[in-house]
Amino acid sequence: MKRATAWGFCLLFAGSACLAVDEAADERYRNLLYELRCLVCQNQSLADSDAELAGDLRRRVQDLIDQGMSDKEIIAHLQARYGDFILYRPPLAWRTAALWASPFVLLALTAWLLLRRIRRGHARASGSLSDVERERLKDVLKRGSD
Amino acid sequence: MIRGWLAVAVFAGLVAMLAFGLTRDPSRVSSPLIGLPVPAFQAERLASADEHFDSTALRGEWSLLNVWASWCTTCLEEHELLMRLSQQLALYGINHRDTRDEARNWLQVYGNPYRASAFDEYGEVGIELGVYKVPETFLLDPDGVIRYKHVGALDEEAYQEQILARIREGRP
Repeated sequence: MKRATAWGFCLLFAGSACLAVDEAADERYRNLLYELRCLVCQNQSLADSDAELAGDLRRRVQDLIDQGMSDKEIIAHLQARYGDFILYRPPLAWRTAALWASPFVLLALTAWLLLRRIRRGHARASGSLSDVERERLKDVLKRGSD
Repeated sequence: MIRGWLAVAVFAGLVAMLAFGLTRDPSRVSSPLIGLPVPAFQAERLASADEHFDSTALRGEWSLLNVWASWCTTCLEEHELLMRLSQQLALYGINHRDTRDEARNWLQVYGNPYRASAFDEYGEVGIELGVYKVPETFLLDPDGVIRYKHVGALDEEAYQEQILARIREGRP
Protein backbone atom coordinates (compact mmCIF):
# COMPACT_ATOMS: atom_id res chain seq x y z
CA MET A 1 0.00 0.00 0.00
CA LYS A 2 2.78 2.39 0.95
CA ARG A 3 4.63 1.46 -2.17
CA ALA A 4 1.53 2.20 -4.26
CA THR A 5 1.27 5.67 -2.71
CA ALA A 6 4.95 6.23 -3.34
CA TRP A 7 4.55 5.32 -6.97
CA GLY A 8 1.53 7.63 -7.15
CA PHE A 9 3.73 10.51 -6.05
CA CYS A 10 6.33 9.45 -8.59
CA LEU A 11 3.82 9.77 -11.38
CA LEU A 12 2.73 13.15 -10.06
CA PHE A 13 6.12 14.76 -9.57
CA ALA A 14 8.47 12.50 -11.51
CA GLY A 15 11.20 13.58 -9.11
CA SER A 16 14.38 11.76 -8.29
CA ALA A 17 13.35 11.65 -4.64
CA CYS A 18 10.82 8.97 -5.52
CA LEU A 19 13.47 6.67 -6.91
CA ALA A 20 15.27 7.06 -3.62
CA VAL A 21 12.18 5.78 -1.76
CA ASP A 22 12.17 2.67 -3.89
CA GLU A 23 15.89 2.16 -3.61
CA ALA A 24 15.70 2.36 0.15
CA ALA A 25 13.02 -0.36 0.17
CA ASP A 26 15.15 -2.52 -2.10
CA GLU A 27 18.14 -2.10 0.14
CA ARG A 28 16.10 -3.03 3.21
CA TYR A 29 14.91 -6.11 1.33
CA ARG A 30 18.46 -7.17 0.45
CA ASN A 31 19.81 -6.53 3.93
CA LEU A 32 16.99 -8.50 5.53
CA LEU A 33 17.61 -11.48 3.28
CA TYR A 34 21.19 -11.68 4.51
CA GLU A 35 19.98 -11.71 8.13
CA LEU A 36 17.70 -14.70 7.55
CA ARG A 37 18.70 -18.31 7.20
CA CYS A 38 17.20 -20.77 4.76
CA LEU A 39 16.02 -23.81 6.72
CA VAL A 40 16.60 -26.20 3.83
CA CYS A 41 20.21 -25.40 2.96
CA GLN A 42 21.11 -24.36 6.44
CA ASN A 43 24.35 -22.59 5.73
CA GLN A 44 22.84 -20.25 3.20
CA SER A 45 20.91 -17.08 3.75
CA LEU A 46 17.60 -16.40 2.06
CA ALA A 47 19.53 -14.20 -0.35
CA ASP A 48 21.85 -17.03 -1.42
CA SER A 49 19.58 -20.06 -1.42
CA ASP A 50 17.92 -21.54 -4.50
CA ALA A 51 15.56 -23.71 -2.45
CA GLU A 52 11.86 -23.28 -3.11
CA LEU A 53 11.28 -22.44 0.52
CA ALA A 54 13.77 -19.58 0.26
CA GLY A 55 11.82 -18.27 -2.73
CA ASP A 56 8.57 -18.40 -0.76
CA LEU A 57 10.16 -16.64 2.18
CA ARG A 58 11.69 -13.96 -0.02
CA ARG A 59 8.24 -13.29 -1.43
CA ARG A 60 6.86 -13.09 2.10
CA VAL A 61 9.57 -10.60 3.13
CA GLN A 62 8.78 -8.43 0.11
CA ASP A 63 5.05 -8.57 0.91
CA LEU A 64 5.68 -7.52 4.50
CA ILE A 65 7.89 -4.61 3.41
CA ASP A 66 5.14 -3.53 1.04
CA GLN A 67 2.67 -3.70 3.92
CA GLY A 68 4.82 -1.17 5.74
CA MET A 69 6.27 -3.45 8.42
CA SER A 70 9.55 -2.46 10.05
CA ASP A 71 12.61 -4.75 9.85
CA LYS A 72 12.09 -5.73 13.47
CA GLU A 73 8.48 -6.68 12.86
CA ILE A 74 9.38 -8.73 9.79
CA ILE A 75 12.06 -10.63 11.69
CA ALA A 76 9.63 -11.25 14.56
CA HIS A 77 7.03 -12.46 12.07
CA LEU A 78 9.35 -15.13 10.70
CA GLN A 79 10.82 -15.97 14.10
CA ALA A 80 7.32 -16.71 15.41
CA ARG A 81 6.88 -19.32 12.67
CA TYR A 82 10.34 -20.82 12.25
CA GLY A 83 12.00 -20.11 15.59
CA ASP A 84 15.41 -18.65 16.38
CA PHE A 85 16.99 -20.92 13.81
CA ILE A 86 15.94 -18.60 10.99
CA LEU A 87 18.13 -15.85 12.46
CA TYR A 88 21.79 -15.74 11.59
CA ARG A 89 22.40 -13.74 14.74
CA PRO A 90 21.05 -15.62 17.75
CA PRO A 91 19.09 -13.35 20.13
CA LEU A 92 20.64 -12.37 23.45
CA ALA A 93 18.53 -14.15 26.06
CA TRP A 94 18.99 -16.37 29.11
CA ARG A 95 18.72 -19.55 27.06
CA THR A 96 21.50 -18.29 24.75
CA ALA A 97 23.62 -16.83 27.57
CA ALA A 98 26.17 -19.67 27.47
CA LEU A 99 26.57 -19.22 23.74
CA TRP A 100 27.20 -15.49 23.98
CA ALA A 101 29.32 -15.62 27.12
CA SER A 102 31.59 -18.57 26.27
CA PRO A 103 34.07 -16.67 24.05
CA PHE A 104 34.58 -14.04 26.74
CA VAL A 105 34.85 -16.61 29.52
CA LEU A 106 37.43 -18.55 27.50
CA LEU A 107 39.35 -15.35 26.74
CA ALA A 108 39.39 -14.35 30.41
CA LEU A 109 40.45 -17.84 31.47
CA THR A 110 43.28 -17.94 28.95
CA ALA A 111 44.45 -14.45 29.90
CA TRP A 112 44.48 -15.43 33.57
CA LEU A 113 46.46 -18.61 32.91
CA LEU A 114 48.92 -16.73 30.72
CA LEU A 115 49.42 -13.93 33.26
CA ARG A 116 49.98 -16.44 36.02
CA ARG A 117 52.60 -18.25 33.98
CA ILE A 118 54.41 -15.03 33.07
CA ARG A 119 54.45 -13.88 36.67
CA ARG A 120 55.84 -17.20 37.86
CA GLY A 121 58.59 -17.12 35.26
CA HIS A 122 59.42 -13.60 36.35
CA ALA A 123 59.60 -14.58 39.98
CA ARG A 124 61.93 -17.44 39.14
CA ALA A 125 64.21 -15.25 37.03
CA SER A 126 64.56 -12.33 39.41
CA GLY A 127 64.08 -14.14 42.70
CA SER A 128 66.85 -14.48 45.28
CA LEU A 129 69.14 -17.50 45.21
CA SER A 130 68.71 -20.47 47.46
CA ASP A 131 71.40 -21.23 50.09
CA VAL A 132 72.92 -24.01 48.01
CA GLU A 133 73.10 -21.75 45.00
CA ARG A 134 74.71 -18.99 47.03
CA GLU A 135 77.42 -21.39 48.27
CA ARG A 136 78.13 -22.52 44.76
CA LEU A 137 78.30 -18.96 43.51
CA LYS A 138 80.77 -18.07 46.26
CA ASP A 139 82.81 -21.11 45.28
CA VAL A 140 82.91 -20.17 41.63
CA LEU A 141 83.84 -16.56 42.41
CA LYS A 142 86.60 -17.65 44.78
CA ARG A 143 88.07 -19.98 42.21
CA GLY A 144 87.93 -17.23 39.61
CA SER A 145 89.89 -14.79 41.78
CA ASP A 146 92.67 -17.29 42.52
CA MET B 1 48.53 -34.64 40.13
CA ILE B 2 45.61 -32.19 40.31
CA ARG B 3 46.70 -30.79 36.99
CA GLY B 4 46.52 -34.27 35.43
CA TRP B 5 43.02 -34.87 36.71
CA LEU B 6 41.98 -31.43 35.51
CA ALA B 7 43.17 -32.27 32.01
CA VAL B 8 41.24 -35.55 32.09
CA ALA B 9 38.10 -33.72 33.25
CA VAL B 10 38.38 -31.09 30.52
CA PHE B 11 38.91 -33.80 27.92
CA ALA B 12 35.92 -35.81 29.20
CA GLY B 13 33.77 -32.68 29.09
CA LEU B 14 34.80 -32.01 25.52
CA VAL B 15 34.01 -35.59 24.50
CA ALA B 16 30.59 -35.39 26.19
CA MET B 17 29.80 -32.12 24.39
CA LEU B 18 30.83 -33.48 21.02
CA ALA B 19 28.97 -36.75 21.60
CA PHE B 20 25.82 -34.73 22.26
CA GLY B 21 26.32 -32.25 19.46
CA LEU B 22 27.43 -34.59 16.71
CA THR B 23 24.70 -37.18 17.14
CA ARG B 24 21.84 -34.73 16.80
CA ASP B 25 20.16 -34.36 13.42
CA PRO B 26 20.71 -30.74 12.42
CA SER B 27 17.91 -30.85 9.86
CA ARG B 28 15.37 -31.25 12.67
CA VAL B 29 14.54 -27.77 13.86
CA SER B 30 12.15 -27.53 16.77
CA SER B 31 9.03 -25.50 16.11
CA PRO B 32 8.10 -22.46 18.20
CA LEU B 33 4.45 -23.26 17.47
CA ILE B 34 4.27 -26.24 19.81
CA GLY B 35 1.96 -25.44 22.71
CA LEU B 36 0.19 -22.72 20.75
CA PRO B 37 -3.17 -22.83 18.98
CA VAL B 38 -2.85 -23.78 15.32
CA PRO B 39 -2.38 -20.55 13.31
CA ALA B 40 -5.57 -19.26 11.76
CA PHE B 41 -5.54 -19.70 8.01
CA GLN B 42 -8.04 -20.15 5.25
CA ALA B 43 -7.37 -21.84 1.97
CA GLU B 44 -9.22 -23.37 -0.92
CA ARG B 45 -9.97 -27.02 -0.60
CA LEU B 46 -8.14 -29.37 -2.88
CA ALA B 47 -11.40 -31.00 -3.88
CA SER B 48 -13.01 -27.74 -4.94
CA ALA B 49 -11.94 -24.11 -5.26
CA ASP B 50 -15.37 -23.02 -4.09
CA GLU B 51 -15.07 -24.72 -0.74
CA HIS B 52 -12.86 -23.43 2.03
CA PHE B 53 -10.58 -25.10 4.47
CA ASP B 54 -10.58 -23.23 7.76
CA SER B 55 -7.96 -24.09 10.39
CA THR B 56 -10.13 -22.78 13.22
CA ALA B 57 -12.48 -25.70 12.54
CA LEU B 58 -9.76 -28.16 13.58
CA ARG B 59 -10.98 -28.73 17.10
CA GLY B 60 -13.34 -30.87 19.10
CA GLU B 61 -11.19 -33.99 18.77
CA TRP B 62 -7.55 -34.99 18.40
CA SER B 63 -6.42 -34.64 14.82
CA LEU B 64 -3.38 -34.91 12.59
CA LEU B 65 -2.56 -32.19 10.10
CA ASN B 66 -0.27 -33.64 7.46
CA VAL B 67 1.65 -31.58 4.90
CA TRP B 68 2.03 -33.53 1.66
CA ALA B 69 2.56 -33.21 -2.07
CA SER B 70 2.34 -35.42 -5.12
CA TRP B 71 5.97 -34.62 -5.97
CA CYS B 72 7.14 -35.69 -2.51
CA THR B 73 8.62 -39.18 -2.62
CA THR B 74 9.06 -39.41 1.15
CA CYS B 75 5.30 -38.94 1.46
CA LEU B 76 4.81 -42.37 -0.09
CA GLU B 77 6.81 -43.94 2.73
CA GLU B 78 4.28 -42.81 5.31
CA HIS B 79 1.22 -43.19 3.15
CA GLU B 80 0.31 -46.71 4.19
CA LEU B 81 0.48 -45.75 7.84
CA LEU B 82 -1.67 -42.67 7.23
CA MET B 83 -4.26 -44.79 5.42
CA ARG B 84 -4.40 -47.05 8.46
CA LEU B 85 -4.54 -44.15 10.94
CA SER B 86 -7.36 -42.50 9.04
CA GLN B 87 -9.66 -45.20 10.34
CA GLN B 88 -9.13 -44.19 13.95
CA LEU B 89 -8.01 -40.55 13.85
CA ALA B 90 -9.18 -37.37 12.15
CA LEU B 91 -6.62 -36.68 9.42
CA TYR B 92 -6.41 -33.43 7.50
CA GLY B 93 -4.03 -32.62 4.69
CA ILE B 94 -2.24 -29.56 3.43
CA ASN B 95 -1.33 -30.04 -0.18
CA HIS B 96 1.91 -28.11 -0.46
CA ARG B 97 3.11 -26.40 -3.68
CA ASP B 98 1.32 -28.74 -6.02
CA THR B 99 -1.10 -28.64 -8.91
CA ARG B 100 -4.72 -29.63 -8.39
CA ASP B 101 -4.67 -32.23 -11.14
CA GLU B 102 -1.54 -33.99 -9.99
CA ALA B 103 -2.55 -33.91 -6.34
CA ARG B 104 -6.02 -35.32 -7.00
CA ASN B 105 -4.58 -37.95 -9.27
CA TRP B 106 -2.10 -38.96 -6.57
CA LEU B 107 -4.92 -39.43 -4.05
CA GLN B 108 -6.82 -41.52 -6.56
CA VAL B 109 -3.87 -43.79 -7.23
CA TYR B 110 -2.62 -44.24 -3.65
CA GLY B 111 -5.80 -43.65 -1.67
CA ASN B 112 -7.07 -40.61 0.23
CA PRO B 113 -6.58 -40.74 4.01
CA TYR B 114 -7.71 -37.13 4.54
CA ARG B 115 -11.11 -35.85 5.58
CA ALA B 116 -10.15 -32.73 3.68
CA SER B 117 -7.03 -31.19 2.20
CA ALA B 118 -6.21 -27.51 1.92
CA PHE B 119 -4.75 -26.50 -1.43
CA ASP B 120 -1.60 -24.48 -0.68
CA GLU B 121 -0.37 -23.74 -4.18
CA TYR B 122 2.20 -21.10 -3.24
CA GLY B 123 3.31 -22.40 0.14
CA GLU B 124 1.69 -19.56 2.06
CA VAL B 125 -0.07 -21.80 4.55
CA GLY B 126 3.23 -23.62 4.85
CA ILE B 127 4.92 -20.44 6.07
CA GLU B 128 2.17 -19.89 8.65
CA LEU B 129 2.92 -23.36 10.02
CA GLY B 130 6.70 -23.02 9.76
CA VAL B 131 6.92 -25.87 7.25
CA TYR B 132 10.39 -26.38 5.81
CA LYS B 133 10.48 -30.00 4.79
CA VAL B 134 7.68 -32.09 3.31
CA PRO B 135 6.17 -34.22 4.78
CA GLU B 136 5.48 -32.73 8.18
CA THR B 137 2.79 -33.84 10.58
CA PHE B 138 1.20 -31.81 13.36
CA LEU B 139 -0.74 -33.30 16.25
CA LEU B 140 -3.61 -31.07 17.39
CA ASP B 141 -5.48 -31.59 20.64
CA PRO B 142 -9.25 -31.08 20.96
CA ASP B 143 -8.68 -27.39 21.72
CA GLY B 144 -6.83 -26.96 18.45
CA VAL B 145 -3.47 -26.58 20.20
CA ILE B 146 -0.39 -27.98 18.45
CA ARG B 147 1.05 -30.63 20.72
CA TYR B 148 3.73 -32.21 18.56
CA LYS B 149 5.33 -31.83 15.17
CA HIS B 150 7.00 -34.60 13.22
CA VAL B 151 9.37 -33.73 10.38
CA GLY B 152 9.88 -36.33 7.66
CA ALA B 153 7.99 -39.56 7.05
CA LEU B 154 5.89 -40.65 10.00
CA ASP B 155 6.61 -44.20 11.08
CA GLU B 156 5.05 -46.67 13.46
CA GLU B 157 7.57 -45.90 16.20
CA ALA B 158 7.02 -42.14 16.08
CA TYR B 159 3.27 -42.73 15.99
CA GLN B 160 3.32 -44.96 19.07
CA GLU B 161 5.81 -43.02 21.13
CA GLN B 162 5.08 -39.43 20.20
CA ILE B 163 1.51 -39.27 18.99
CA LEU B 164 -0.44 -42.09 20.62
CA ALA B 165 1.34 -41.51 23.93
CA ARG B 166 0.27 -37.87 23.94
CA ILE B 167 -3.32 -38.68 23.05
CA ARG B 168 -3.51 -41.30 25.83
CA GLU B 169 -1.95 -38.90 28.30
CA GLY B 170 -4.41 -36.18 27.36
CA ARG B 171 -7.44 -38.38 27.75
CA PRO B 172 -8.58 -39.08 31.30
